[in-house]
Amino acid sequence: MAPPSNRRPGFSRRAQYSTFVAYLIAAAGAVLGAIFLVVSHRNDGAMAGPRSAASDLTAAPATAAAATRAAGASWLDSLSGYFVSGSETARLRKEVDLARVQRVEALALREENQRLKALLQLIESDGKPVAVARLIGSTHSSTRRFATLSVGTTSGVRQGMPVRTPHGLIGRVLEVGARTGRVLLITDNESIVPVRRSTDGVAAFAIGRGDGLLQIRLVNLGVNPLKVGDALVTSGSGGLYRPGVAMAIVTKLTADGAVAQPLGNPDAAELVIVEPEWAAAAPAAATDDSPQVRAQQPQDAP
Amino acid sequence: MPDSLRAGLSAPAAPKINRAPSPVLAICVPWLLVMLGSLSPVLPFISASPVAPPVGFMVLVAWLQLRPGLFPVWAGLPLGLFDDLFSGQPFGSAMLLWSVVTIFLDFVEIRFPWRGFLQNWLLAAAVLAVYLLAAAVLASGAAGFALVPLQVGFAIVFYPLVGRIVGLADKLRLRSLRAIG
Repeated sequence: MAPPSNRRPGFSRRAQYSTFVAYLIAAAGAVLGAIFLVVSHRNDGAMAGPRSAASDLTAAPATAAAATRAAGASWLDSLSGYFVSGSETARLRKEVDLARVQRVEALALREENQRLKALLQLIESDGKPVAVARLIGSTHSSTRRFATLSVGTTSGVRQGMPVRTPHGLIGRVLEVGARTGRVLLITDNESIVPVRRSTDGVAAFAIGRGDGLLQIRLVNLGVNPLKVGDALVTSGSGGLYRPGVAMAIVTKLTADGAVAQPLGNPDAAELVIVEPEWAAAAPAAATDDSPQVRAQQPQDAP
Repeated sequence: MPDSLRAGLSAPAAPKINRAPSPVLAICVPWLLVMLGSLSPVLPFISASPVAPPVGFMVLVAWLQLRPGLFPVWAGLPLGLFDDLFSGQPFGSAMLLWSVVTIFLDFVEIRFPWRGFLQNWLLAAAVLAVYLLAAAVLASGAAGFALVPLQVGFAIVFYPLVGRIVGLADKLRLRSLRAIG
């Protein structure tokens, strides 16, 4: 322990200067970092190029590793299955009974829905997925929530496209490289998604809290109509997200809205679906003053 | 005779005379290990909440404490830049914070050269707590604090383990592999 300090290198001018220069560079590094910080606060996409290039470089091993994730999870599942199979079967039986009833109801609803849509002459614009891909990584220790997608521009992925699992929306593409994309998860602090209650269309915004949950802010203030257990779906206002995609379940009420648990779990999903931007052709003027557009598209091309 | 001693005596001794550490390994291993730690967001775990410790930063602090003077004082600049490419933090956050921490630990090394395991752990705990708080503020302002205490706890608990791994890497780094002459 305590080796001789290399700060006082004796009488050699050369050694003294090189020590001094090392400290100078270190201080310059801190200043440079601060400058970069200011720049990236002004413009979030300023360093998108190097970041995308870096994630493109690590894409191949990361994709291979991501393919093993599902295998690993299923191995654990089959192990734990031995312990809980009895109670699990009983619970599933009960659920199937319930689901049968609900399925019949849903079929009736679908029929009615089709009839009403035919009356309105609406055309179902159920966008075909742009790509089906894996999530190959995510930020683990930063409070910003990003995930890396295993496809990029070569597969047709563009900035702003929504990303979902079969269970629900998980985010949208923020930066895109040749072979990878960076997904802003809906749980990020800067993600705002317009939502509505699935039953009656109470409009709200789902804002990420950074800890895996969503803060629901109601558009109309007043008596809080939300209840624990309400399902929220995307409302499609402001464009970008197709309406009716499952989003979250309300878990706790707050003074001005609620806290909700997202339905799409990016870790549990083996594959995610990249969808085309919804209503991308909408006039820019109409969507300009929606808070979602202001918050989420600071670096879009003019 | 204890087992380890017997095993040690019966194993063929690695040649020690006329050998020196490979300079390539001795120089590259510390830098590579920190960069490997920074690559942890490439691991195929998709976490919903930010509770994983900042591995790259912990490896850097462990190297600075194990071998003071091994990294130049300006090491925070290139290593922070690399970390910024992957961490998801706003670009420049690691460059700034890692540079400041490297300078700070250099100062501590000169001011308090005699430290034991506990002092090192305490110092690392303080540095980690401040670093994670500052990183949360830089990334999301006051909104990002919810899980920082938990993350700091994880980081402090795992720090000695990272120190152990760095110690192993240090042994590997200084293995006498190169024959002289």
